[in-house]
Amino acid sequence: MKTSFAKRFFSRNAVTVYLLVAFYVLVSVLLYGGGLSRQLYYMAVPLSCYIVLAVSLNLVVGLLGELSLGHAGFMSVGLFSGCLLSIKLSTVLPIAVSLPISMIVGGLLAAVIGLLVGLPALRLKGDYLAIVTLGCGEIIKNVITNLDVTGGALGLNTLPIYSDPETLLPFGILLVFITVIVMMNLKNSRHGRAITAIRDNRIAAEASGVNVTYYKLLVFVLAAFFAGMAGVLYGHAFSNVKATTFDYNMSIEILVIVVLGGMGSVRGSIIAAILLRTLPELLREVSDYRMLAYSVLLIAIMLLNASPKFVELKGRWTLKNVLAFFKKKKTASAVEKGE
Amino acid sequence: MTEFIQTLVSGLSLGSIYALIALGYTMVYGIAKMLNFAHGDIIMVGAYSVISTVALSTNIPGIVAVVVSIVVCAVLGVTIEFLAYRPLRKAPSLSVLITAIGVSYLLQNLALLIFGSQQKSFHLDFFDAIKPIYIGDVLINGITLITLVVTILIMIALTIFINGTRMGKAMRAVSEDKEAAELMGISVNKTITVTFAIGSILAAVASVFYGGAYKYIKPTTGSMPGIKAFTAAVFGGIGSIPGAMLGGVLLGVIEQFAKAYISTLWSDAIVFLVLVIVLVVKPTGLLGKKISEKV
Repeated sequence: MKTSFAKRFFSRNAVTVYLLVAFYVLVSVLLYGGGLSRQLYYMAVPLSCYIVLAVSLNLVVGLLGELSLGHAGFMSVGLFSGCLLSIKLSTVLPIAVSLPISMIVGGLLAAVIGLLVGLPALRLKGDYLAIVTLGCGEIIKNVITNLDVTGGALGLNTLPIYSDPETLLPFGILLVFITVIVMMNLKNSRHGRAITAIRDNRIAAEASGVNVTYYKLLVFVLAAFFAGMAGVLYGHAFSNVKATTFDYNMSIEILVIVVLGGMGSVRGSIIAAILLRTLPELLREVSDYRMLAYSVLLIAIMLLNASPKFVELKGRWTLKNVLAFFKKKKTASAVEKGE
Repeated sequence: MTEFIQTLVSGLSLGSIYALIALGYTMVYGIAKMLNFAHGDIIMVGAYSVISTVALSTNIPGIVAVVVSIVVCAVLGVTIEFLAYRPLRKAPSLSVLITAIGVSYLLQNLALLIFGSQQKSFHLDFFDAIKPIYIGDVLINGITLITLVVTILIMIALTIFINGTRMGKAMRAVSEDKEAAELMGISVNKTITVTFAIGSILAAVASVFYGGAYKYIKPTTGSMPGIKAFTAAVFGGIGSIPGAMLGGVLLGVIEQFAKAYISTLWSDAIVFLVLVIVLVVKPTGLLGKKISEKV
């Protein structure tokens, strides 16, 4: 008997869903209850954008196995097109209508650009593709900076559509959940398996009848679409946005989240995004040493992850093993007594 | 015509700076198979060591500062390799990349703490010692001239080193096949250390020319030339030494021509557009080896 889609999805991804729900309940309670510090208050919405960005980049880097350094470029395309539309719409429509419309339009435009950037991906691989995506991101940044309609070097004035975190958070939550559900379903579907097959061995996948061209483009288009949507939301959380913010450094920042969270793991990306985005804010007390601490932490995590002893130690500490450990202790002591 | 040649000269000068940095990227990539994202920041460290040495006392000649900077960068490059990259030799390439990004952030933030975010003026005595020369109507600055001459000499020396010496042979062997090289008695670790030292020395030299051309430095100085040089290395075919030289020079020339004839605002977009087109047409760069796929 076929179980319903929702049930099947939930049984597969229960931990991630619980985690997200718990996180957002906590954030909502703190946000609407007024328990957040100033920095964290303004962080709530951008953080949701970062989760979406990381999860969508994970599709390219983790599932397809291609290094992309231009994710901020897609976000920027969505951000500027979506916000321009939203500014136009804001005079006639309430935000609850205009924001979703501009998010979809921004996402679609970003997806078109994603398709264009995905085309070289059919021919290039590895570091060559990485540099082309980086180049495309820089081209996007340069074009947006030089256009008049986007405010040029001064940045786009988004004050007319600026909204406080209380208004935007529901949209952020919705976007995060949609992204996570789509990504997790994709991962567990026929399409997801085709994509991972391309990652593991392109030639074998092709020989088994996987349409490599279609799936590579699909991944780039999907990732760009979600990045664009996140961008539109991001634009609404600030009163001024500059194209130069969304350069390769930001793409790298998202990539760091993906790699630290674990390649291909949606849950990992979510946790890493939350930790890496809030940690620097919590370290604000030692503001001068904030980024220094961040960089040292980054290197330390990578070195620790590579050392065999630590990996062995970490491998033991799964939830299952911890539970089993306590159970075993009881049985082991019982056995000892018996002998 | 004069404007054309003038642009060409400044393009060659900028291109040779890119080429020097790109050589560091490409040699490290060829031998250690990693993208050393922190390479750009070595340039910044080099530039700061030069001005700190000069600031110590009024009668320190510029050339001494350059030597100090070369030593500092070489030691730094080798130290970074030893502490951060060596433990990751068998790790997936993305972890190495993230570590390199971490090192890059670390260097930038250390510089920010030590020297502050204000930009500092960069000047050395020997920049003025060589008078500008005119060839016809084309003006060539002292610093441009030094950059061109020194870069050509370094490239010749490097080519001789790679092709003629035992160490150079070892480097080529390691980049060809690490395991086989080890079986032939080549110490892979030593070879990689030497590669990092050479790459960092080239970055230190590049930092002097870069500082000379732009006159100011700040903690993020290294990141843009770093990215451009990385682009140049890929453009020429990453892992290929002549490719890095060609890629660097071409990139510099394209950038200067785009600035002079099209628009300064669009020059970066044009540079990257040319890169994308070249790579789509020739997926392994200009001089990169074609990789055949085994089934």
